[in-house]
Amino acid sequence: MNVADWLSALSILVGVAFFIAGTAGLLRFPDVHSRLHALTKADNLGLGFISLGVAIRMAEPWSIAKILVVWMLTVLAAATVAQLIARAALGTAPEEAGADDHR
Amino acid sequence: MNPALLFDVALAALAVVAALSAVAGRDLFASVAFYIVYGILIALAWMRLGAVDVALAEAAIGAGLTGVLLIGAWSQLHRKGATETPPGPSSAARLLAAGASASVAVLVAVIFVGLPADGAGLAPAVRENVAESGVSNPVTAVLLNFRAYDTLMETIVLAVALAAVWSLTRDELWGGIPGLRQHARDGGVLATFGRLLPPLGLLVGVYLVWAGSSMPGGAFQAATVLAAVWLLLVMSGAMDEPAIGSTAIRLTIVAGPALFLAYGTGGAFLGTFLGFPADVAGMLIVAIEYVLTVSIAATLALLVAGVPRRQE
Repeated sequence: MNVADWLSALSILVGVAFFIAGTAGLLRFPDVHSRLHALTKADNLGLGFISLGVAIRMAEPWSIAKILVVWMLTVLAAATVAQLIARAALGTAPEEAGADDHR
Repeated sequence: MNPALLFDVALAALAVVAALSAVAGRDLFASVAFYIVYGILIALAWMRLGAVDVALAEAAIGAGLTGVLLIGAWSQLHRKGATETPPGPSSAARLLAAGASASVAVLVAVIFVGLPADGAGLAPAVRENVAESGVSNPVTAVLLNFRAYDTLMETIVLAVALAAVWSLTRDELWGGIPGLRQHARDGGVLATFGRLLPPLGLLVGVYLVWAGSSMPGGAFQAATVLAAVWLLLVMSGAMDEPAIGSTAIRLTIVAGPALFLAYGTGGAFLGTFLGFPADVAGMLIVAIEYVLTVSIAATLALLVAGVPRRQE
């Protein structure tokens, strides 16, 4: 394994760690807003590091550009959806207490 | 153990667990969620098998669009308080169903084991003739040339499904507009997203059709992307749904299947039904694909929009 392989593997492992932390937060945190907080961290940083790790292994600039676009679109969509869910959850205060409600 | 094999076994196990949870769960919403997860896992499985076209279609339609339809159906049932699970069937009926399902599973397994070991199927025949189809992506060659009637029927089925949804309209709302008028705060998150993403979505949609002639992509995948753009425009308040009585929208829906059928009939006069002459087949297929994409996109978006709820 050369330096690029090690860097790539390290980056992907860091990304996976963020996803595990995000999943733990989704399962353990008490209300909608803190669960969202955990999830968006996983989406932004977890996917960011995994994309970086995959991009390092790519030979063609076009493939790297595509991965970058995938990551940016996911971040854009995740940020928007997180805002919308957070605002929708504001109107349903009693649910903040319920741990497994999905209205 | 080979890491790729480990991944495949884990993927297959997860897909089975997701399928069981979707079917056997008592909570309807959880079943819908597991169904979407199942679609994503199956798309990954198709990727592992190297079938990128099928993976794209499964992710876009199987997980994405069907998921949206199911969540929409669930929220309507929920609003009417109809998501309670009814008492299950009698144990005799369950035993009968289990027996029938198990027999089918055994039958499929026996047939699968009995297949010739080389497992090439029709692939060599397709590869030999792909030059005559007018396109270089073998999947598109099969879908729009060798087995064009399958695709023709699929597009007609979609249009019929939309007609079936529309037939549930209340009499006084016939010809009206599906869904409620959506409002998004000007300059808010959704309104901004609804302006930022559609140009990119249109580009991806057009590219997917064009790419379909030489590599993975095609009308159904592109149409799902375009339908998503349509839904986003409606949700962000930038555009209203069209009235289902509008002639333009009805023509848009039937244009794809109609053009396909017209080409097929033309082919029948020249020799075979749906048989395209090899020298113009490529051009015809791309033209049909583009018109089909617009028709399928409109049909899918209107399927999600549902029955009319207001007049203009």
